[in-house]
Amino acid sequence: MLVIEGLTKRYPTGDLALDGVSLTVPKGQVMALIGPSGAGKSTLIRCVNRLVEPTAGAVRLGATEITRLGDRALRRARRRMGMIFQEYALVERLTVMENVLSGRLGYVGFWRSWFRRFPLADIEEAFRLLARVGLDHMVDKRADALSGGQRQRVGIVRALMQDPELLLVDEPTASLDPKTSRQIMRLIIELAKERNLAAIINIHDVALAQLFAERIVGLHAGRIVFDGPAAALTPEVLTTIYGEEDWSATIRKVEDGDGDGDEPPSVEAARIAAAD
Amino acid sequence: MPVVTHEQGTRVWMRRTRAGDLVAWLGWLIGVALTVLCFQFISDRTIWGFVWDAPAQAADLLERSVPPRWSYAHELWRAMWDTLNIATLGTVLAIATAVPVAFLAAYNTTPSALLVRPVALFVIVASRSVNSLIWALILVIIFGPGMLAGILAIALRSIGFIGKLLYEAIEEIDPTQVEAVTATGAGRAQVLAWGIVPQVMPAFAGISVFRWDINIREATVLGLVGAGGIGMQLQASINTLAWPQVSMILILILGTVVVSEWLSARVRHAII
Amino acid sequence: MDARAAALAWRPPPLIEAAWLRWAVYGGALLYLVLALGTLEVNWQRAAEGIERGGRFLAAFFPPDFASHWREIEEGLLESLTMTVTSTVFGVILSVPVALGAARNLAPLPVYLFCRAVIAISRTFQEVIIAILFVAMFGFGPLAGMITLAFATIGFMAKLLAEDIEDIERSQAEAVRATGASWFQLLAWGIQPQVLPRFIGLSAYRFDINFRESAVLGLVGAGGIGDTLNNALDRYEFGTAAAVLLIIIAIVLACEYASGFIRRAVQ
Repeated sequence: MLVIEGLTKRYPTGDLALDGVSLTVPKGQVMALIGPSGAGKSTLIRCVNRLVEPTAGAVRLGATEITRLGDRALRRARRRMGMIFQEYALVERLTVMENVLSGRLGYVGFWRSWFRRFPLADIEEAFRLLARVGLDHMVDKRADALSGGQRQRVGIVRALMQDPELLLVDEPTASLDPKTSRQIMRLIIELAKERNLAAIINIHDVALAQLFAERIVGLHAGRIVFDGPAAALTPEVLTTIYGEEDWSATIRKVEDGDGDGDEPPSVEAARIAAAD
Repeated sequence: MPVVTHEQGTRVWMRRTRAGDLVAWLGWLIGVALTVLCFQFISDRTIWGFVWDAPAQAADLLERSVPPRWSYAHELWRAMWDTLNIATLGTVLAIATAVPVAFLAAYNTTPSALLVRPVALFVIVASRSVNSLIWALILVIIFGPGMLAGILAIALRSIGFIGKLLYEAIEEIDPTQVEAVTATGAGRAQVLAWGIVPQVMPAFAGISVFRWDINIREATVLGLVGAGGIGMQLQASINTLAWPQVSMILILILGTVVVSEWLSARVRHAII
Repeated sequence: MDARAAALAWRPPPLIEAAWLRWAVYGGALLYLVLALGTLEVNWQRAAEGIERGGRFLAAFFPPDFASHWREIEEGLLESLTMTVTSTVFGVILSVPVALGAARNLAPLPVYLFCRAVIAISRTFQEVIIAILFVAMFGFGPLAGMITLAFATIGFMAKLLAEDIEDIERSQAEAVRATGASWFQLLAWGIQPQVLPRFIGLSAYRFDINFRESAVLGLVGAGGIGDTLNNALDRYEFGTAAAVLLIIIAIVLACEYASGFIRRAVQ
């Protein structure tokens, strides 16, 4: 379970990116984080694994208070949080396998990783996961030779290689076409369910968020302005998050279901562990 | 294929195949061996007694050069002015020569890829291969000591430098813009002036200023072989073991180089 | 009428917007040229005599004289080549830590300033001046030349490599950091793959430069083929000088071709 309390981030430039955000994400819950550009979505998930150092507030993963950890302990804690990036962020000149194995860097020593002598179990797991996402035939391709959807699948596998408890997903579909976007989102959700992972997904596409996430949190100017099940997302809510606009088309798309056979994940119990 | 399947069916991944590993290690081995061999050669020609003595020598040198002879500075202004002139006039001369050479060397502007281009490329290569100090050495023998040899040496070396970078820039231009100008019915010279020159202008200015900056540095040593500039004073001071004067000259050079680098960075920044 | 007046008044915009600055630049350039040419001291009579000597020098290329001083040429050549190899290897190896220290996105401020200072010192002075000092310290011979070139290589490589490291795609390094990688693993997995091709390319290019420079260090006693060339010119043996020059050009061409090949191969 991830608990965020009063998280605040002020950049050296003076911009207040996060303003006292509190959230709880229980195990196994997939949460979508929506909001306009600059609302602090990226900063929020980067504060969780401290790629960005928060100014104030606390982040707890299970019993570990991440915001208090020293360097070494922080690296150990990062292993428990897999991160999936916008534009994939693969190391482009390394092969698919090397990129996947880089998910194990927190577990192996420097020289072992330098000579690429990873434990056999890691390599087996890598093969298994690559097969799971349908990329086992591309093991030795260089990452920059892959298509967008393939790259993002490698990114997903890299995150899962860490054997995480939590997935931090930053705009996973930002540069993908609509069909691939759905496939990638479905893959992330399925894998999170399989392993009972909590996930925070930053996403621009409101319709996709409604389609795949059970819980939606809306961020505006660094504050949470909405927290509820996907079904509760109304035009009024979207207006408080994004500002005035005609939202009917955006929402209807979901209410109509979807033409191309995507089944919305069961909105069974949208467990809302309300933070406030 | 770094993925190996064992008989039991388990797959193993390695970064390289066994043969690849072997080649990589062999490459490293050869590299190290070559370096050791080369160092051995140098070591045989070194009097190691002097080398072990180097820290003492350095300390001694430093002690003798401090404090610099500040009063010597007023004898140096003229030499510094000459140095700047050698660099600047040499660069101007080089630009005037290198521009036509570059246009003759670029495959998309050369009048004849078969006859003219190889000649232009040869000029560029010959000029680039020979250090300006060597050019100066030769020119001093031919024209006698003085600034003329220095200016020509700087120019001869810079033709290749400017020519090479400029012709590469010309070859990298966007051909659609040239096409568009050609499509208006422009003549050859007009295409050059409207389609090509505007595209390479920033690169050209940047290259010229960059080379000028390098040339200031080069011009400070030309005097060592008699080609004018502050290097003459440096040579004289070293020959008479007047170390306070040497340190004064070095300080002056340092100041000039810093200023010229700042200036060239500013200009290049303004252009881009 | 208005349109016509506007058409008449139209001029292409000048390169420098402010008129006073434009005229100041033009005037300044003209003034400089007058002053520079006015203070130019050239002994034209001596220069005119040089034409004939220049002709003899050019004639010496047909054919060049490789044979009569071959032992000297060979010795100088070997010194130059060994100097080039060792100085490139040592310089490149030493430049890596300096480059890491001089990259603002990796190093803390004090380390950054120190490394930048090292780079600045190494780049300010022409190799020949540095060679003079090293010869005074280490004695005559190729060792002083090797140290000079290695020192210059550090400044050159570290500066360009540091700029490259500062320009890496940050998201890739961030992704590696997010896996819990240590600092060294970040270097090896997030940064090294991104900068390696250029690093190899720069090393090859620097090898090229080091050979060219090794050909002049002999003038101040730091060993290499420059010494041979200097002696030949001192004795007015233009045939031997031509031979040395041709050898230098040939080797530079070979180096350049090889380094171009390497750079394409690692892309």
